[in-house]
Amino acid sequence: MLEVKNLKAHIDTTDGVVRAVDGVSFTIKPGETVGIVGESGSGKSVLAHSIMQLNPKPPTFYPQGEIIFEGKDLLQLQDKELRKIRGKEIAMIFQDPMSSLNPVFKIGDQLMEAILTHHHLPKSKAKQRAIELLTDVGIPDPEKRMNAYPHQFSGGMRQRVLIAIALACNPKILIADEPTTALDVTIQAQILELMKNIQEKYGTAIIIISHDLGVIAQMAEKVLVMYSGRIVEKGDVEDIFYRTSMPYTWSLLRSLPRIDSESRNRLLNIEGHPPNLIHPPSGCNFHPRCPFASEQCKMVDPELTKRSPEHYVACILSEMEFKEAKKRMENVEREGDLNHV
Amino acid sequence: MLRYTLRRLLAIIPVLLIVSIIVFMIVHLTPGNPAYLILGEDSSPEAIEQLEQQLGLDKPKVAQYFDWLGSIFTGDLGQSIYSEEPVTQIISERIGPTFSLMVISMLLTLLVAIPTAIFIVWKRNTMLDPLFLSGSLLGTSIPEFWLALLLVLVFGVTIPIFPVAGYISISESLMDWLHHLILPGIVLAAVEIGLIARMLRDSMLESVNQDYTKTARGKGVKESTVLMKHVFSNALIPTTTVIGVTIAGLLGGTVIIETIFTIPGVGQLLIDSIHRRDYPVIQGVVLVIAFVYVLINLIVDLLYAFLDPRIRYD
Repeated sequence: MLEVKNLKAHIDTTDGVVRAVDGVSFTIKPGETVGIVGESGSGKSVLAHSIMQLNPKPPTFYPQGEIIFEGKDLLQLQDKELRKIRGKEIAMIFQDPMSSLNPVFKIGDQLMEAILTHHHLPKSKAKQRAIELLTDVGIPDPEKRMNAYPHQFSGGMRQRVLIAIALACNPKILIADEPTTALDVTIQAQILELMKNIQEKYGTAIIIISHDLGVIAQMAEKVLVMYSGRIVEKGDVEDIFYRTSMPYTWSLLRSLPRIDSESRNRLLNIEGHPPNLIHPPSGCNFHPRCPFASEQCKMVDPELTKRSPEHYVACILSEMEFKEAKKRMENVEREGDLNHV
Repeated sequence: MLRYTLRRLLAIIPVLLIVSIIVFMIVHLTPGNPAYLILGEDSSPEAIEQLEQQLGLDKPKVAQYFDWLGSIFTGDLGQSIYSEEPVTQIISERIGPTFSLMVISMLLTLLVAIPTAIFIVWKRNTMLDPLFLSGSLLGTSIPEFWLALLLVLVFGVTIPIFPVAGYISISESLMDWLHHLILPGIVLAAVEIGLIARMLRDSMLESVNQDYTKTARGKGVKESTVLMKHVFSNALIPTTTVIGVTIAGLLGGTVIIETIFTIPGVGQLLIDSIHRRDYPVIQGVVLVIAFVYVLINLIVDLLYAFLDPRIRYD
């Protein structure tokens, strides 16, 4: 239904061109959930905004690639045609519910705007639909809340309102850019639950972006791991979590606290910082931070290659080599820990 | 809201008291003697003394102040030394032209500044923006009296399409009223347009990439609607303060303009009264101006609650 082909989204800055998204391809089918995971600054948000063409232009530009939605390349569409897709076919919810609603308009009006932009309905009908939507997303006393302003809602409730706005026209794809990052954990669970229910009810495809692997594991069927504007590993959720084949994904997983870990393992962080996207490193972008990097990694920029029908990895290490390297490292660490005691 | 309004109205009283003390001091400490000015250079010291007594100017300053203050509370601003008419009557005769001038220049300002700012934000990535910035700077830097004289020269003398002086009351003829106020209105507006358009542009650019505009664009809303509805309504809030201060400031600006265009308004009255050392009129005019100033500020604060639902005065 949606196919992103070799998409590049670059940003012009005074210091040079930032390659925020640098050749990304993926597809999403109806009713499917795709998770995009990566650190801050890996380009996930720019990628999500590219699909909706919501990156400010300039400074953002698209030197290459296609975003095919139902046979049309969204990058080539005129603004007028694009607007017919935004909100109606593809809708988006954003990271910060506190600032994503206009503070000076009533919730009801903002919700009705989403409906009336795409449907010529009498106001009373739109209002009725808006109340339905608020009920759908679990806002108590929706008729009364239509007249409330955003500041009268909590963060979780605002995110529900934003989801209602996104659902206003029954979109085929819902893009959720870090939808729970700004919320506390219990509310997070509720919002994710809500999104799942909506998907079941309406068959909406969801692209969920998060730096939180827990959120991704809970929601997604397919996962894209992004690093410095590229996909470094993609596959089914099992491939990513149980058959991890890329050192970066592995490092990300190791940096998670585990409730079932048998020893008092320290949390492991990834050394260093994400690379400068104006002057990316030579070879593999991850090599300066990769614990398994060899001389070859500084020269060869690995392509995303197929390991199994759905599992793609961008690393020069084969599955066997990676397994052995991991084992060696874990042994070294264990000895280090023992020495420490 | 009502309680807040009442509280703010009551707070005007101490402000006006302080203003009254300052005005009284400035006026009475300025050199010059009204009795001397009325009677002329050749008058005898006895005659001057007699007139001073008549006007109450021989009493101690403090007593004079309290006499004046006492009469203010009864709604009496005293009598003009010069024309012997009640000050309230003189001011009410003169407030019409000044008020008309303020309304015209404010309308002109808003009619030009708001569309300009929206247009500039719409074209924010083009060369129009730096051009606008220099233009607004130029506008705010032009001295009013210079622009007034220039416009009089061009549109009053070279191409005589506007009258260069005088005032026709709106009750006499709407067209003549407008015709006489266009030039002075433009002069007063020129300075304010630059300021308000710049302020509005800045606050609009600040909110043009806020998250809520992304939500609006994500709904499929047109960019022009995003700007005029979502961005403008938020940018208007800080701009309102500037508009309020500007309207209040126009009262002062009219002093020069009324003199150049000989409009019989409060500003001209003030200048004339200063020349005549007409103490009661000077005091009365300044007090009225201060009152209007405070009142406009109150209106701005109340407008805030209307424009921004997050503000509730309870």
